[in-house]
Amino acid sequence: MFRHMWIFLHKLASPPHFYGLAAKMIPWFYVSGLLLIAYGTIAGLFYAPADYQQGDAFRIIYVHVPAAYLSMMAYSIMAISAGIGLIWRMKLAHAVAAAAAPLGAWFTFLALATGSIWGRPMWGTWWEWGDPRLTSELIMLFLYFGYMSLRAAIDETSKADKASAVLILVGAVNVPIIHFSVEWWSSLHQGPTLVREGGPAIETAMLYPLLGMILGFTLFFGALLLARVRAEVLHRERRSRWVRNLILGESA
Amino acid sequence: MMEMLAMGKYGAYVWSSFGLMFIVMIACVVQARSRHRKMYQQIESRLKAMDSAT
Amino acid sequence: MKPRQQRMLAVGLAALGVVLAVAFTLRAFEENMMFYVEISDVVEGKVPDNRTFRVGGLVVPGSIVRESGQMQVKFTVTDTKNSLDIFFSGILPDLFREGQGVIAHGSLNEDGQFEADTVLAKHDENYMPPEVADSLAKHAADKAAATVVEE
Repeated sequence: MFRHMWIFLHKLASPPHFYGLAAKMIPWFYVSGLLLIAYGTIAGLFYAPADYQQGDAFRIIYVHVPAAYLSMMAYSIMAISAGIGLIWRMKLAHAVAAAAAPLGAWFTFLALATGSIWGRPMWGTWWEWGDPRLTSELIMLFLYFGYMSLRAAIDETSKADKASAVLILVGAVNVPIIHFSVEWWSSLHQGPTLVREGGPAIETAMLYPLLGMILGFTLFFGALLLARVRAEVLHRERRSRWVRNLILGESA
Repeated sequence: MMEMLAMGKYGAYVWSSFGLMFIVMIACVVQARSRHRKMYQQIESRLKAMDSAT
Repeated sequence: MKPRQQRMLAVGLAALGVVLAVAFTLRAFEENMMFYVEISDVVEGKVPDNRTFRVGGLVVPGSIVRESGQMQVKFTVTDTKNSLDIFFSGILPDLFREGQGVIAHGSLNEDGQFEADTVLAKHDENYMPPEVADSLAKHAADKAAATVVEE
């Protein structure tokens, strides 16, 4: 059993095998992700009851929370991949880290923007300078930008991999800070609703669409990540025989 | 129906959030696909140039 | 632009990003740790000089007084031990109501009254429909009544 796993992992890490397998998996991730997002959107907008305090404004949660979760998830995936790439010198891991960065940046932007839109009517402000939760999430957006510009600055791929991996690992300290910021400091932002002692503090009819959105976003992100890693692998292996066979074989 | 779409008095906030979500989703898909296409075409033209040179 | 110049620009941008990140963090600590003042300290007069600061607490039920025809509003916030009157003129957030947690930015005027320039409302992490909130409140009230009877 263990040996089979090991062989599977080794095969997965081989670029041509990954490239082909990912192409087969992407449509499944897209379809299942989009179905769940469609369910979450419709149920969240029209079937979940309005909140006792926030009325219909609370429905922004169905975009904001999945986006914020993915922004941190993408960063964690990058940090783990960067670590694996540095320690085991695995090129595919560096490709994953490089592919996840623009996606993480997009979802961080979405979390910040929808948080701002939510904050205006409820808290009374678009943005609160110096709030720990808001500031640490904004810093993550800059970490993503810093990572991408650092990569763009270094021509040699293996050097870019190493330098950017160090940056992302140093910045990883920000992820737990984002999560615990609302507990450690006085923040305008409320505490966690889902991940807390005593279970989620949200009604079932409101919870299910949210879980659907979170899972749907995750699958959708999976499809995007696989698609981006494929492009990254193709570029890195551009001088290899299998890429030559793949491209010329098809057009011949 | 109109009442459901109005979202109390928060229609503008709720709908702009969901609109932004769809814009970001579409942007992500378009970017990922065009990046793969770009890499593929780059390599293809380079390989063809190499082959015709020999 | 030459590739080397491009690289320098990109490294410069990355460095700028790190500097901005550090600056924001420091600012966050400054604003939050230094200039958030407990109501009890304000009552004792322990407030930063010549600077705005923020106070937080719950709006005392029945304390909201609006001057008729004006934007001026006065209300009391409490940290359950001490309370402070807040004077504010402007638009209050939708969640501002009796019993709600609020944060006010402002400073003490010559009369020693807290004049706010911004009032922000906090909400908790619980989400439920109004019916459920009502029945929870009713249960809590019934329970309290039952305990009183037992005593």
